[in-house]
Amino acid sequence: MSTGSIQARAEGWLGNNDVRLLVALALAIGGLYALFSVVLGFQLNGTVNTLRRVAFLSAIYAMLALALNLQWGYAGLFNLGAAGFMAIGVYTMGILAAPVTASPPGFGLPLPVAIVAAILVTGVVGGLAALPAIRLRADYLAIVTVAFSEIVRLTLRAPEFANTRIAGVAFGTGGATGLSLPSNPIRILFYTDPAATAPAPNALGAAMFSAVEPLGIEQTLVIGWAYVVVLCLCLGLLYWLMIRIGKSPFGRVLKSIREDQQVTQALGKDTRLFKIKTFALGCALMGLIAILWRLSGGYASPRMFKPIQTFYIFIALFIGGTGSPTGSIVGGALFASLLFEGPSFVRRVVAEYLQLSNAPDTLVGALAELGTLDVTPLLAYSVQDVSISALRLMLLGTVLVYLMQRHPDGLLGHRKAIASSVDLAQQATREDDNE
Amino acid sequence: MAARDYYSRGQNLLYNRPVLVIFAVIGVFLVFDILRQLGTGTIVVTDLMSYLWNGLVLGMSLGLAGVGLSMTYSILNFANFAHGDLITSGAFAGWATAFLIAGLGEFSVEALVLIGGPIAVGSNELGINVVNTPLALLAGLLVAAALTAVLSLLLDRIVFKPMRSADGVTLMIASVGVALFLRNFLTFSFLTDSRGLTGGNVPQFTIADVTFGGHQITLVVVAALLMLGTHILLQYTKIGMAMRAMAANKDLAKVTGIPTERVVKLTWIIGGGLTGCAGFLIALQQGTLTVTMGWDLLLLVFAAVILGGVGSIYGAMVGGVILGIASRLALVWIPASFLLVAAFVIMIVMLLVRPSGLFSGRTTA
Repeated sequence: MSTGSIQARAEGWLGNNDVRLLVALALAIGGLYALFSVVLGFQLNGTVNTLRRVAFLSAIYAMLALALNLQWGYAGLFNLGAAGFMAIGVYTMGILAAPVTASPPGFGLPLPVAIVAAILVTGVVGGLAALPAIRLRADYLAIVTVAFSEIVRLTLRAPEFANTRIAGVAFGTGGATGLSLPSNPIRILFYTDPAATAPAPNALGAAMFSAVEPLGIEQTLVIGWAYVVVLCLCLGLLYWLMIRIGKSPFGRVLKSIREDQQVTQALGKDTRLFKIKTFALGCALMGLIAILWRLSGGYASPRMFKPIQTFYIFIALFIGGTGSPTGSIVGGALFASLLFEGPSFVRRVVAEYLQLSNAPDTLVGALAELGTLDVTPLLAYSVQDVSISALRLMLLGTVLVYLMQRHPDGLLGHRKAIASSVDLAQQATREDDNE
Repeated sequence: MAARDYYSRGQNLLYNRPVLVIFAVIGVFLVFDILRQLGTGTIVVTDLMSYLWNGLVLGMSLGLAGVGLSMTYSILNFANFAHGDLITSGAFAGWATAFLIAGLGEFSVEALVLIGGPIAVGSNELGINVVNTPLALLAGLLVAAALTAVLSLLLDRIVFKPMRSADGVTLMIASVGVALFLRNFLTFSFLTDSRGLTGGNVPQFTIADVTFGGHQITLVVVAALLMLGTHILLQYTKIGMAMRAMAANKDLAKVTGIPTERVVKLTWIIGGGLTGCAGFLIALQQGTLTVTMGWDLLLLVFAAVILGGVGSIYGAMVGGVILGIASRLALVWIPASFLLVAAFVIMIVMLLVRPSGLFSGRTTA
């Protein structure tokens, strides 16, 4: 069989089914990282842990991109304050669920109640924020929302609310040091008493732990993977929900707002109400996803909700292409695995295979040897902690500019879910809605 | 007759702009509250005066930094999120020059160009301040302006020019990418520690218990001169007229024979130059330099520009000063950790109540 026909068959197989495309992508990323881990000589535990981390971040960013896609890809609402709504979700959950005796004290509610309440609060805050903001131009909406997210972050960081008492109720955000969150709820599956310091495994836990122990895989890793599986289920659910919304009459109105707001209004739709609902729903989802994200770490701090967090999600969304749920997942996975985690992995490979001397103190020192065509000082300089994270963000910036110049609709942008129920091939060019 | 006129106008305002009226009432209430607190002695006049002075200094920084942003916003029609990092770039370029001139012969060029950093050149050893080393500071200011102008042109050539026909949101997202790149390029080159800049005995004056720092005064005076220069340029030169024409109506300007692409270039040069100066002066006044300096200021600069009205140069100046003073005065009621929150709230309220800004309809560039 010639390679051409294999390629054609592969394309045919991938092209006609989004789920197959996603599975193939997951396998490709997983394979790439497994290969890297083997090259680096990791133990099995290390390899499995690397895969877990990449899968975890991919699922989280895929979900966040899906939620943002609902606002930007479907309704054309440019929400640059995603980090703020994520923070509201996480902190509401954290404060409601924290024990009354903890420092800072919370309300001691059961975790599921706290999560549902947090989603509702985030949605309501999103709706209220949208109420006046929705009539702004896209660029003003962006500035207002990013300012809003900074207001949220600065308020959470302020020492005044770190450990406070309002109307006789003591609670606190923990200020700049952050807030402890309830332990990972997935532990209930494996332990009889997950709250204990050295909990005893239950039947399932004992079976799983003893099964993987000969392979040198730790208990925490089993728990981590179980959490990733739950996340993937959530992702599947969200994906299904987005496709349903996209095809529903509600979603079609949203997409028509994105294409031309005035026409939608002329057809008798209350576009304002649709936008506010969408904004609130998107924010509530971001709150939920952020809770899923932080519950695994058991800790939240205002540092995690800087505007850069919002930009990460936008990069993921733009890689995949706005308006397409499958694209959002592809974008989230590619962003998390290649752009977010990739550079630190490449750095480890460089450090493993090139015997680098001590890094020069400064860039001048690193560049000095370039005259003699010796790049090792520059490499050693580049793989330091500070410089590798700077290089990673420079890469992200470059990708963003490249995408905006060449593929403003993203890699899968051509698949943008169209507004009409039949494809009207001749679409009018999109105008800014300068209301 | 006149009274009835006022009455009906007032009624109109109340019905048409209820939110505006509510905020006006709140504003008047706050002014009275300051007077009341002065009367009861909760705050003293000295505190109030130093709030006003510090507010003016912050306001002039924001205003000067905002002029460039306002220019590109009105002429190229997008919110440039890379503006904050242009401020930082200008500050780094200018201070590297100032260090080099102040310390040449005494310290290694490497240590001076990197503004200290891992190789220690103590700011106290160099003793840079406006009295000791005015020439080094002047050279730094000029290099900051020149280099930021060149950097702006370069960014326009590489990033923005190929997407001239793209819509504002696409350009804005691209500018976020530029901001990430620039800031982290600086981190990569200089590493992140905060650097001390000034040293020696920085002169200061105390009048009626209010301290006026020498570098604060320098910032206010130089910023005022630069703004005056920009005003003259826009109002009385041909290029200024072309810029105003282009901001008002691009197509009409093109039809009239204005070389729009050249005007865009000049906008970047002038805007970039002012931005570089702003970065250098803000760093001088703060006495320290960090990589995130401009990014941290960016939202405030946006707030100043929006408050004054996007596209209006005077709007940016006045907006900056009002915002600076308002956010410092807010310290009368709120703790210092909410200073930025107050400024952002002012901006959001302004966008909701009067999105065209204070100087709407007076677009000057």
